[in-house]
Amino acid sequence: MLIRLVRAHLAPYRRSVAVIAVLQLAQTAATLYLPNLNADIIDSGIAHGDHGYIVRVGTVMVAVALVQLVCSYLAVRIGARVAMALGRDLRRSVFARVQAFSVREMARFGAPSLITRTTNDVQQVQMLVLLTLTLMVSAPIMCVGGIVLAVEQDAPLSIALVVLAPVLGIAIGAILRGLAPLSNAMQRSIDSVNRVMREQITGLRVIRAFVKENHESRRFAAANTELTDVSVRVGRLMALMFPAVMTIVNVASAAVLWFGAKRVDSGDMTIGALTAFISYLLQLLMAAVMATYMLLWIPRAEVCAGRIVEVLDTESSVAPPARPVRGLARRGHVEMRGVGFHYPGAETGVLDGITLSAGPGQTTAVIGGTGSGKSTLLSLIPRLSDATAGTVFVGGVDVRDLDPGLLSRTVGYVPQRPYLFSGTIASNLRYGAPDATDEDLWRALETAQARDFVEALGDGLDARIDQGGTNVSGGQRQRLAIARALVGRPDVYLFDDSFSALDYATDARLRAALAAETAEAAVIVVAQRVGTIRDADRIVVLDAGRIVGAGTHPELLRGNDTYREIVLSQLTEAEAA
Amino acid sequence: MRNPDGKTPSPGPEDPAANRARGGAASRPPDRSSDFGATARRTTALVTRRRGLFAGVLATGALGVGLTVAGPVLLGRATDLVVSGSFDDAGNGIDFGAVARMVAYAAAVYLAAGLCGVLQARMATVAVQGAAERLRRDVEAKLARIPLGYLDRTHRGEIISRVTNDIDNLAQCVQQVLSQLVVSVLTIVGVVAVMFWVSWLLALIALLTVPLSVLAVAWIGRRSQPEFTRQWQHTGRLNAHVEEMYTGHSLVKAFGREEQSQAVFDAENERLYEASRRAQEVSGLVQPLMMFLGNLNYVLVAAVGGLRVASGALTVGDVQAFIQYSRQFSQPLGMLAGMLGMVQSGIASAERVFELLDAPDQAPDPAEPARAPAGLGRVAFEDVSFRYVLDTPLIEGLSLVAEPGHTVAIVGPTGAGKTTLVNLLMRFYEVTGGRITLDEVDIAAMSRADLRSRIGMVLQDTWLFGGTIAQNIAYGAAHATRDQVVEAAKAAHADRFIRTLPDGYDTVIDDEGGSGISAGEKQLLTIARAFMTDPTILVLDEATSSVDTRTEVLIQQAMTRLRQDRTAFVIAHRLSTIRDADTIVVMAGGAIVEQGSHEQLVGAGGVYSRLYAAQFADAAAEVDRRAVN
Repeated sequence: MLIRLVRAHLAPYRRSVAVIAVLQLAQTAATLYLPNLNADIIDSGIAHGDHGYIVRVGTVMVAVALVQLVCSYLAVRIGARVAMALGRDLRRSVFARVQAFSVREMARFGAPSLITRTTNDVQQVQMLVLLTLTLMVSAPIMCVGGIVLAVEQDAPLSIALVVLAPVLGIAIGAILRGLAPLSNAMQRSIDSVNRVMREQITGLRVIRAFVKENHESRRFAAANTELTDVSVRVGRLMALMFPAVMTIVNVASAAVLWFGAKRVDSGDMTIGALTAFISYLLQLLMAAVMATYMLLWIPRAEVCAGRIVEVLDTESSVAPPARPVRGLARRGHVEMRGVGFHYPGAETGVLDGITLSAGPGQTTAVIGGTGSGKSTLLSLIPRLSDATAGTVFVGGVDVRDLDPGLLSRTVGYVPQRPYLFSGTIASNLRYGAPDATDEDLWRALETAQARDFVEALGDGLDARIDQGGTNVSGGQRQRLAIARALVGRPDVYLFDDSFSALDYATDARLRAALAAETAEAAVIVVAQRVGTIRDADRIVVLDAGRIVGAGTHPELLRGNDTYREIVLSQLTEAEAA
Repeated sequence: MRNPDGKTPSPGPEDPAANRARGGAASRPPDRSSDFGATARRTTALVTRRRGLFAGVLATGALGVGLTVAGPVLLGRATDLVVSGSFDDAGNGIDFGAVARMVAYAAAVYLAAGLCGVLQARMATVAVQGAAERLRRDVEAKLARIPLGYLDRTHRGEIISRVTNDIDNLAQCVQQVLSQLVVSVLTIVGVVAVMFWVSWLLALIALLTVPLSVLAVAWIGRRSQPEFTRQWQHTGRLNAHVEEMYTGHSLVKAFGREEQSQAVFDAENERLYEASRRAQEVSGLVQPLMMFLGNLNYVLVAAVGGLRVASGALTVGDVQAFIQYSRQFSQPLGMLAGMLGMVQSGIASAERVFELLDAPDQAPDPAEPARAPAGLGRVAFEDVSFRYVLDTPLIEGLSLVAEPGHTVAIVGPTGAGKTTLVNLLMRFYEVTGGRITLDEVDIAAMSRADLRSRIGMVLQDTWLFGGTIAQNIAYGAAHATRDQVVEAAKAAHADRFIRTLPDGYDTVIDDEGGSGISAGEKQLLTIARAFMTDPTILVLDEATSSVDTRTEVLIQQAMTRLRQDRTAFVIAHRLSTIRDADTIVVMAGGAIVEQGSHEQLVGAGGVYSRLYAAQFADAAAEVDRRAVN
């Protein structure tokens, strides 16, 4: 997963990566060359007491060290650039992918997990790539180079390296093998800590209202302890890594000295060569320590990469059309033919065999019990989800073939929960129509019965709106959401129980104003109150996902039991009599 | 996430924007270094809290370092034996017995050093993870004490980023740093000591580069720290945008705003990229620079050592050991300096976490809280005032009595202060004038837990936690049986829809509505939740506004049952739901304008009668007439 993900996203930076490799090669070569020069100083300089030679070689060593400095800094610079760009690109890809998701995929992952994946998980992968490019690239080069140079100094003694390498490999491999499953458990524990914490922030009022602070503390403590336990187990295993590597290499250097002494004794090796050999061994140690440093990041980054790939590989169930239709056949028309919707794996469908149509200037009301599928029905029109059976037409075109931009301009949607974005009133109202003038905004506010309270705010259209619109009341939020849909002057209006938080007087005034505004448009209203929909041209009664009646208010009152029951329930017996 | 009455106190010093800016760069104290020091000390205190454990880390660290330093000394002796043997003119050759002893000692010492390393790292892990656990616990505990106003005025994604991204980053950094810091520092000390012992001249040469290193690190650190701070600020802001867009996902889709949302994301993402890149580029200079200084060291030691050997002041073995030392010395120094980025990144995150921890707490409960007598439930608002900003009162001089067992309905236009009343009664916010009593006891003198446990409430905004439906219903009653849960669900008319879900009562849900549960259905679940507790006082805050009328009638019947023998406050926009209330309170502009029964108020011909007339003359009355015809 990790390799696949990183390789795919490093492709645009292939040239930079190649440059980094060259720089690291040069840098490593310089580092490795230094002990060689040092051996020279000992053998030729010290042994012969040649001061001039010592100074000359010393100068060369400084020059080589400078080359090393320049190369490694450039490598770090370019590496930082590439790694951070990779992180940026990954975040961008994940965000773009999630934006393309339909309601269904959103629900499958859940927003908290998607948020973690967009920022935190990418951060882990980015960190690993950074370490790899700036530090690790040189580790294998250093290892190979160190081995080559050691062999060059004294081939027979290098047999020690042949023993050393697999011992190191086995030790590191065993530790990593133990780490892999623990890292998985660790990322899951982090997820659950994050989830509980997020829930506590969003549900603070309920927690306090039910005096569940202690319960929540325990719930959190359980998740927290679990994370700590896993982290400690990971840490203990990691604790073996550095000492194991150090000990193996250090003991090896003792062994090398022993065998080296034998070879010096027999005259097969010089003292300088032995010293250089031990230096190379220490280089190898450095490289191994650096490598382990990175290896420790791998298991967690691998898990994170898996989570990112899972998002990137998920296709939205609402696919954009291959050849989008950019014009409407009939304006102000909505039609559903045999439409059904059901969640995969659910026993019963949410909607089944829905057929209805609405033309310009017509208001169609949808009424029915909670869970009868009203909101789902509306959500199929702006393609928040796609129907699993049948076809939805807007303006005479199958919505699945319509250009998405055209569809969103054609349909004005007011959701059940009137969510506003942080910004100003104006920025929220211009949400669907960026080019609207201030007059357009005021007009929409007037229709939505929101003009008065917006005017009362000191800043008018520029008044601040907090995330979710939490700094205005539920009723004000609903009216702003209605105004937002009105600003774009769409052909089709969808109101999903959009008047529930309004008092009756406001509701009535709003509907009267709306009627004038929507004279050319098809209006579909989901409502709970009979008063809101009584004047609709057509009322569709929904029960358990099926249409059980359709007609005008008087028709339904006479002929439809479900409808009559709903109407009567809104009046006390005295008033109904 | 909302203000008590859900509206902005007109922009002023408590303006959310101003509050938010407190988390931003503008509000940071100008003196970055003192801030850095304080945060670093606090983080250190957190990690070193368990003194014994930390002493163990230091002790094993010191022992391990001592042994690691002793290794090259022994190997140096062995080298000398080899050298003296090979240059021995007497022809005795190398004394392999002595060499073997030295080599064996060295190997044993290295093994012991490794053992110490393992022990040290294990203890360090426990210390760091303990500290991280404690920090997470502190933040969680803080959430129980923080005034609601703080959370209401802050971007949710921003707080979550501090709790997740920043604590995570801090723990990682501390883990990395501590596992290397102790060893590095001790190694440096040990190596320097031995170097002086072997040759003070070479030791001084080796130390020559230290002040240079310190200067270089300080110079770079000053430049990289602001970049790290920016990096985590932008992470927070990006997280806030992501959180907001994912929450409002369906609107982004419906209004075709993906491109604009992506553009905002890209801009913030680019800023995060810039800050992270610069942070790494600047701090990344440290490692190569330290390596260079280390190499410089190496060259100097080799050259000067060579000259000294030539002049006979040192043995070749000494030089060989010294070269090894200068490596051992510059390596931890380089590591130490390389930690700069880690430390700065961690401190930048720690600052953001501490900032949250240091936010002022709500006033603590009284030491000896008063207890109201059980089971009555007379609630009185006495001349209550409340305001966020001193010059804009939200509630002014409000008095209201709810007799035990009575239902008080609160109506009024949006913005009248209805929700604020509930927030004050629940002590989510504290009154700024007057008092509220429960059975003659000032609720401010009671503990919040005691007060709230007597009140059952269904809030305007529903909240479900990740868990099964049954667990969510039983939220207020820890030891509820499945039968009781089903009974409560039936009473709230949630049973039917629950049974249509794939796993019934065991269906796992979360607050994002992950299982296709509608807003109305969520509301039914929260009503069922209120049924599970047995409160003296009931608060229904527009509880049924998202439930369809058919269900609402059934709920009304259940609520009426529930309200028996309980004091109830009902806030509803639909007058039909409150006609049978004992007292109807009509509010406007933060004050009570009318009070009385439905019949009294209709007869009085005031605001209520107009509201009622508007409602029924305009809508229901006509429905009524047609229904009869």
